[in-house]
Amino acid sequence: MGVFSGLDLLLPIACRAAGFCKDGSILRACAVALTLLMPETHATAYDSKVEGNIIFTRFDAALNWVRKNSLWPMPMGLACCAIELMAAAASRFDIARFGAEVMRFSPRQCDVMIVAGTVTYKMALAVKRIYEQMPEPKWVIAMGACASTGGMYRSYAVLQGIDQLLPVDVYISGCPPRPEALLAGLMKLQEKISGERSFRNQKPELAEKLEEALA
Amino acid sequence: MALTEQELFHSLGKAFGPRIQLQTEFRGETTCTIAANDLRDITKFCRDELLFDYLIDITSIDNFGEDPRFEIIYHLYSLPHAVHLRLKLKISEDSGALDTVSDIWPTANWHEREIYDMMGLKFNGHPDLRRILMWDGYPFFPLRKDFPLEGLPSEMPDVAFTKVTPLEGGPFVTVPSTATSKDREPRARPPEL
Repeated sequence: MGVFSGLDLLLPIACRAAGFCKDGSILRACAVALTLLMPETHATAYDSKVEGNIIFTRFDAALNWVRKNSLWPMPMGLACCAIELMAAAASRFDIARFGAEVMRFSPRQCDVMIVAGTVTYKMALAVKRIYEQMPEPKWVIAMGACASTGGMYRSYAVLQGIDQLLPVDVYISGCPPRPEALLAGLMKLQEKISGERSFRNQKPELAEKLEEALA
Repeated sequence: MALTEQELFHSLGKAFGPRIQLQTEFRGETTCTIAANDLRDITKFCRDELLFDYLIDITSIDNFGEDPRFEIIYHLYSLPHAVHLRLKLKISEDSGALDTVSDIWPTANWHEREIYDMMGLKFNGHPDLRRILMWDGYPFFPLRKDFPLEGLPSEMPDVAFTKVTPLEGGPFVTVPSTATSKDREPRARPPEL
């Protein structure tokens, strides 16, 4: 793959996503979008070195592909589910196969919070604060019965499901769920991310400009 | 030199006489009932003279509907003598307070905080009597018998909150029998059964 200007570097990344994009609606938007994002860079001329590496795709598809294959988790391990979370990261199950091996203990570097365990009311506020410290875009996996519904702890001290405080993307059943279940939940989240309208949601003005330019 | 239990409790009885209100023995372990205002004298004597150097635990009981309502039990152990001793005392709901022993055994500090947190009993002279399990500002004492298992709603702006937990007819109980687990462990059982 040839490495040229910043534009040329981004293009093949975006283009490779087309292979993973199932909807098949290949649009011309990508090259235009990158040109608008970086108007000072020059446009790529035909180059035999990059031939075959260029595929046209939607900008969303490229962005989502980049995001979903590098989900850095915030390991919010609060109880025994955290042991299964650790097992999922270890060699036998190897969460690195799904690009989520970089457990970050700083919320500012995380994409997905895995709430693994019983959330007591006393801990709930800390969980919420850590969630709020994570940069957008961010997702939440409620791992296990306790994080999803309070589980067997029908008690005055336990929050009955983390979804009372945070928006949850994926719930994983089990007490605790096996590491395979966590991996399945992670793959569900990846599916969800690949269907998101991320570019339009986050940069509505730029998306509008693009549409005008394409019209 | 290690003393036997008889020698230890003989000297305890000699030192305090009728202030040891009741002394019972169960399976080789002795329990003494004392008055709340004798607590510090007796515990100091137990530690310094009888060498009960290890405070295993402090527990509290809510005998709801009785007077005095609360009961506190100190579980002591003497490492040199290898002897257990339990001290029991009762606290009425009106006073709701007793003396701290956290200067005698430093481990009592957190035990007493837990009793304060869960039962609402205050410890006079405690250096740091804050809640330990629930958060500061939580308005209830959850291990009191008149506190419902499902909790009570609380609202503390900027601190925390609780909601009533859905018990769905519970609390869930198991009926001992040879029936299948589906029949033995109903999701809900009316309280009169």
